[in-house]
Amino acid sequence: MTKITPAMVKEHGLSESEYQKILDLMGREPSFVELGIFSVMWSEHCSYKSTRAHLKKLPTKAPWVIQGPGENAGVIDIGDGDAAIFKMESHNHPSFIEPYQGAATGVGGIMRDVFTMGARPIAMMNALRFGEPSHPKTRHLVSGVVSGIGGYGNCMGVPTVGGEVNFHPSYNGNILVNAMCVGLARQDKIFLSAAKGAGNPVVYVGSKTGRDGIHGATMASAEFDDASEEKRPTVQVGDPFTEKLLLEACLELMATDAIIAIQDMGAAGLTSSSAEMGDKGGSGIELDLDKVPQRETNMTAYEMMLSESQERMLAVLRPGREAQAEAIFKKWELDFAVIGITTDTSRLVVKHKGKVEADMPITALSDAAPIYERPYTEREAQTGEPAYDKSKPVLASLKAILASPDMASRRWVWEQYDHTVMADTVQVPGGDAAVVRIHGTQKALAITTDVTPRYCRPDPFEGGKQAVAEAWRNLTAVGALPLAVTDNLNYGNPQKPEIMWEIVAGIDGIGAACRALDFPVIGGNCSLYNETNGEGILPTPAIGAVGLMKDVTKMATVAFKRAGDVVILIGETKGHLGQSIYLREIEGQEEGAAPKVDLGTEKKHGDFVRGLIEAGRVDTVHDVSDGGLLVAIAEMAMPRGIGASVGMAGLAEAIPFWFGEDQARYCLAAPFAEAEKIVAEARAAFITVAELGKTGGDKLTLDNKDSVAITDLKAGFESWFPNFMAGEEIPVTN
Amino acid sequence: MKARVFITLKNGVLDPQGKAIGHALNGLGFGSVGEVRQGKVIDLELSGSDQAKAKDELKAMCEKLLANTVVEKYEIELKP
Amino acid sequence: MKSAVIVFPASNCDRDAKVALEQMTGKTPAMVWHQDSELPDVDLVVLPGGFSYGDYLRCGAMASQSAVMRSVKAHADKGGMVLGVCNGFQVLTESHMLPGALMRNAALKFVCKPVGLEVQETQSGFTRKYESGQRVTFPVAHGEGSYFADEETLDRLEGENRVAFRYAKGENPNGAARDIAGILSEKRNVLGLMPHPERVVDDVLGGTDGRGLFQSLIEALS
Repeated sequence: MTKITPAMVKEHGLSESEYQKILDLMGREPSFVELGIFSVMWSEHCSYKSTRAHLKKLPTKAPWVIQGPGENAGVIDIGDGDAAIFKMESHNHPSFIEPYQGAATGVGGIMRDVFTMGARPIAMMNALRFGEPSHPKTRHLVSGVVSGIGGYGNCMGVPTVGGEVNFHPSYNGNILVNAMCVGLARQDKIFLSAAKGAGNPVVYVGSKTGRDGIHGATMASAEFDDASEEKRPTVQVGDPFTEKLLLEACLELMATDAIIAIQDMGAAGLTSSSAEMGDKGGSGIELDLDKVPQRETNMTAYEMMLSESQERMLAVLRPGREAQAEAIFKKWELDFAVIGITTDTSRLVVKHKGKVEADMPITALSDAAPIYERPYTEREAQTGEPAYDKSKPVLASLKAILASPDMASRRWVWEQYDHTVMADTVQVPGGDAAVVRIHGTQKALAITTDVTPRYCRPDPFEGGKQAVAEAWRNLTAVGALPLAVTDNLNYGNPQKPEIMWEIVAGIDGIGAACRALDFPVIGGNCSLYNETNGEGILPTPAIGAVGLMKDVTKMATVAFKRAGDVVILIGETKGHLGQSIYLREIEGQEEGAAPKVDLGTEKKHGDFVRGLIEAGRVDTVHDVSDGGLLVAIAEMAMPRGIGASVGMAGLAEAIPFWFGEDQARYCLAAPFAEAEKIVAEARAAFITVAELGKTGGDKLTLDNKDSVAITDLKAGFESWFPNFMAGEEIPVTN
Repeated sequence: MKARVFITLKNGVLDPQGKAIGHALNGLGFGSVGEVRQGKVIDLELSGSDQAKAKDELKAMCEKLLANTVVEKYEIELKP
Repeated sequence: MKSAVIVFPASNCDRDAKVALEQMTGKTPAMVWHQDSELPDVDLVVLPGGFSYGDYLRCGAMASQSAVMRSVKAHADKGGMVLGVCNGFQVLTESHMLPGALMRNAALKFVCKPVGLEVQETQSGFTRKYESGQRVTFPVAHGEGSYFADEETLDRLEGENRVAFRYAKGENPNGAARDIAGILSEKRNVLGLMPHPERVVDDVLGGTDGRGLFQSLIEALS
């Protein structure tokens, strides 16, 4: 047996105290295979050791929550016996090393998380963060990630309906690729991962196992340095064709009653899938690795247990159903093998070539995994109102903002995603939320992903609140009732007290907002150590959220639809410029306090607006967020080229009024008679409301004075992204 | 027996990928690069040792599946 | 009108085609698995969009060799109608049921967006309910949709009025030769087109321009 040396322990990312704990749990020195298993199961990625204590504080329950965190994905009740199943997950580190395959396998992984529970995926979203546009690698990464997401999702025939793309220097060496999948199932056909009972066959289905991505899970838990680019050979390669077959085959098998439990082999492959199934079912699992379908020769037990080859699933069947299951997988030309059996020992036993390579208590991998209450220290708050030049012309600034990297149209991105396949996409990318009809009904799901990292750096608590509030607001703005959240928490190194504070405060902020808005967290993912050469990313707790619309024909969109509509602003404008897009793009400052979110106001305003949409009284709504009110109005004018003439209300200073990023605001447009009623009702409900002007013409006019042609605004808005991507190929050193 | 099949676009068929590669190489300072055409390589292992028979078989494979002869041409290389 | 939709393992617009046919004809099409060598008795066969067998070699190349395609060819040879959309069009050219080839988009990117088309030819069972020159909008969603054929073939297609759909001026999304979006076979019973008419038969989904194609088929086949 291989003697375990301190160097090996270190290479496996385990600390001395962690190794001591392993010795105590095992009562002996672990084998090399066991050490590998511990290293992946106790990695940050699998064990959540730095965040578990804090994640417990998130609200996870509501009458409509069928399954909260802890399974492959969360499940909510959407009426009529239907369930929506969704989750968001990061694939940051692999995407930085190999953007196409990293992003593609991220998409594949999250889809498996959803269909492993019995759902057919119906929509994909993604939240992407790249370094500054001028960084030599950015274009290469954007291009690779976008085509990887498209390449996988398009082939699967699941529409990719939207997401976010941001640029910031803090992501120069560590991009974020967070992918979200939403699926649909019947409530009585949901599959979980608890391998209950002994003596049941454990089957392996899907692709063969190769030496792909060995130690991907530990890679995702360690900081990057420049040398890590040499890790390329271990990046997994995605095969969407096989995944499509696996999806169809799994759904066909799930229509029978042959399955007891099923789990996809994601990070840490065979190890985590078997350990988690055994752990949740309270049973043991014995694996015979000689039976594992192998793509390469002479693979060791260590390699097979840690391989992250894609498009594989592990299932526990009812005894005697092997032939039925095998026939289905053969029809879809996929590998199928019985590779083990469940036991009553609560141990994970791995045999290979007649030798026991691992024999360990499963609880040592789950419950006994370390939990850290890492120390944290608050960073000094950024406060006060930053200075700005009051004389700058408003419309010129608007034009510049609309043509800036973070605000310009993302059409270049989403036109590479098949967003209309499945013929149920009712609202395509570019609006507040994507809307996907429930096939064959009038119901629809609204889906969004949101976070404003520039708010989270100065104020992680308010930033966490704001991410949830904005997601809630975006769902509301299309007319959906927000139901639940999946969070994808991207942060730096938790062993640094200031970063740990960002994490703790961020989770607290998310929890506060979710509680106030009745918006439980039903699943999520943490990605820590997002730093390169000691530089931390902006804290980026991405929120993926789903809402339900009972009647899709009532849906609102952002586009102005008629001339002569009254433009109405719901919500109070104090002109908060701290950390705003205006300040960053026009004044070159990332200064000041983040805007505060008053959750009570948020709820009140949202419920009011949703009521109007549900009653069929307004069809034109946009949430006011990044860039402020004037940017929102421009975004409403550009889609159909219908202009507006608007003026200020309630504030004397133009720049804070038009570009301030106060929260809990919506901009609406409605015909005169309806608008009068809406304003009166809002006032009666003590909601701050203002009539800003009227739609019409082909210009955006301010205070009856200055104006700009909508076509001018649109030209800059639409051209930034394609121009950026068409720039000369920048040499990439790797 | 090992065989290698080269598949390239016929002359005159537009090759946007080749063009993009050429453009990128020029951008990297390789000024000597003129026209670029790209294609694919397929390595096959064949049983048997009859070279002539293998060549005929490979030709049939190319005509039937490996190349689309409307736009592509192919070359076969046999290594004993 | 009786129809069948061919299902390859990675077809992904098969359901969309089925729903559109149900909605437009009131009848459920037969879904035919790629390994079936027999077609049911139908008037129309639809080859749907998707990635057939993963399309790793060339789009539609492996599908053209499948068992079911022999029956589809036989169906067309007898004068039966065949509609190939997107990947279906690629399968039709790879099977030599239509001339030319579909190559990588000129911009080297997958493209999904609504595209303006002109109905060029209304003398066919697929297009008779449209006006000649009518402008319609169908979405495209493909990475390899750039139609290519040699000049002689292109001249012949035009001379025989077999270009059914052309991208409207300035709308060509993929660099297709002579803006060709869809073509008819010599006997005019096979249509292949890159844009997706089956995605525009429902008002809620942003248009109903695709209905004309299905209405044409209903009239032609009743």
